[in-house]
Amino acid sequence: MSVIDARSLRKKYGATVALDGIDLRIEQGRILGLIGPNGAGKSTAINAILGLTPYEGELRVLGCDPWAARDRLMREVAFIADVAVLPRWLQVSQALDYMAGVHPRFDRAKAESFLARTAIGRTSRVRELSKGMVTQLHLALVMAIDARLLVLDEPTLGLDILFRKQFYDSLLNDYFDHSRTIVVTTHQVEEIQNVLTDFMFINRGRIVLTSTMEEFESRYAEVTVHPDRLTAARALKPIHERQVFGRSTLLFEHADRPQLQELGEVRTPGIADVFVAVIGNPAAAPQGMGH
Amino acid sequence: MSGTDSTAIPDPSSEPQGSGSPRPVTALPSPARLAYWSLRRELWENRWVYIVPLIVAGLVLLGFAFGLIKAHFSLKTGAPLRLPQAWIGEAFNFASGVLMLTYLVIAAIYCLGALHGERSDRSILFWKSLPVSDVTTVIVKAGMPIIVLPAITFALIVVTQAVMSLAAIVVLLGKGVDMAAMWAQMSLLAMWAAMFYHLFTVHALYYAPFYGWLLLASGWARRAVFLWAGLPVVAILIIEKLVFDSAAFAHMLLSRLEGGPAAIAFPPHGGMPMQAPTLGNVAAFLASPGLWIGFAVCAVFLAAAVRLRRYQGPI
Repeated sequence: MSVIDARSLRKKYGATVALDGIDLRIEQGRILGLIGPNGAGKSTAINAILGLTPYEGELRVLGCDPWAARDRLMREVAFIADVAVLPRWLQVSQALDYMAGVHPRFDRAKAESFLARTAIGRTSRVRELSKGMVTQLHLALVMAIDARLLVLDEPTLGLDILFRKQFYDSLLNDYFDHSRTIVVTTHQVEEIQNVLTDFMFINRGRIVLTSTMEEFESRYAEVTVHPDRLTAARALKPIHERQVFGRSTLLFEHADRPQLQELGEVRTPGIADVFVAVIGNPAAAPQGMGH
Repeated sequence: MSGTDSTAIPDPSSEPQGSGSPRPVTALPSPARLAYWSLRRELWENRWVYIVPLIVAGLVLLGFAFGLIKAHFSLKTGAPLRLPQAWIGEAFNFASGVLMLTYLVIAAIYCLGALHGERSDRSILFWKSLPVSDVTTVIVKAGMPIIVLPAITFALIVVTQAVMSLAAIVVLLGKGVDMAAMWAQMSLLAMWAAMFYHLFTVHALYYAPFYGWLLLASGWARRAVFLWAGLPVVAILIIEKLVFDSAAFAHMLLSRLEGGPAAIAFPPHGGMPMQAPTLGNVAAFLASPGLWIGFAVCAVFLAAAVRLRRYQGPI
């Protein structure tokens, strides 16, 4: 059984098509990044997966129809929307009590031990905590849930880089194991590149590219080309070209590595660069479509 | 602490990819447990629903204390019984009346904010990330004005009046007022029974459709909940007047506000009920169609509120 299995998932808001027939399948133990520009349909997809919005098409999350059984699904799924959703009046001790009260898979001792590493006091209210501390609190609550699927929708929005790094470090070190699955959307793609096992580009409600990180690394290569080899490099049909410090950096798909190495320094590109190449260049999109 | 041990990365071979791996079956929280914690949440979030009545009760007691001090100095020893008895009776009426009014105001304000606040502060996304259904949430929120708030009000009235009685006994006994004769005419227990009946029948159960409506409005309006709650009512009143030149809807609302068959225990001259309800009163109330029609209307409003909450996110 896949953790998430969607077939021709569609969602319209009036005349606007937010999701235009998405097929996706996520197996247990993966960390999937959903990447796309604003309004691409990432949040709509996440909301459908979490049972927060109705949809057309077929969708099974852990075998459940999320819209019909949100409360049942939430025993197995944990979710962080963005930093601002913990109610401001909530006291830290109340949050622990409440979670322990309603959630069958919440381990209070674990949450306490996560909190012990922070400066968050038990009697503090959320409104008294800094933005970073609220995220730490939310993460401590969520990581103490023995969930099979964790969904993070822009979890580090508005946090400074130190907190963002800490956030993903503790997620990987203290939480993730092969029985869990994580789906994450973020604008800071480069920060999670080494965290992901899979990623998916969404644009205008469609999946433009989906790939595992291993596939990605063998499929794409980035070369900073010696100026005198530029013409030769361009002949190999790069999918994107940009200037870095006055030198041309070319992005290749399915190119021959030894051939590239003659042109200059070869690297694995950032997801963000490929994202720009694929999304920013509509002609390239069809090549990457589908699975 | 075993907390960190259980996060240790399991042997991959014991966790077959893609198949539902065996997981310990955890006892699921019972509906009662979910309702209990949802109620705790409401009381944490809305501490004012019991703090405000406590302050009001404190003020009533303070006023009564001043009155007693005044009585202590003005009453001549062996004065006729009539004076303190009338005064104390009024003070008791006032205490329960003011606390009941506080309850109604608080219930209305609570309902108007109940499903609106969580959307405007975005916390609905947190609540919806937990295994508590929209049905449980809405029912618990409806239980606040219908069960919890009148219970708090009743307890406060009892405590306030008990303290008032003790204080009156202490002060007036020294004045030689015949307290025994006085309490013979003013049975606290009967008063409390009447108060309990009145609170729960008229203001809680019979008013259920009002609370249901306010909750629905709070789940539906994006802002200015109070106006959106009032608008359809005013619209119906106006349309009925213009089209049929009648005021049946207004009469219906008024009769419900008065408490219908539950108002039997009211003394005819107004004021607070003093007679304990009889079994006949209770039976007549429970058998009245108005009560059950009210419940049905309330249920429709709440079902609509549940449905709305399912679709809604932050505003």
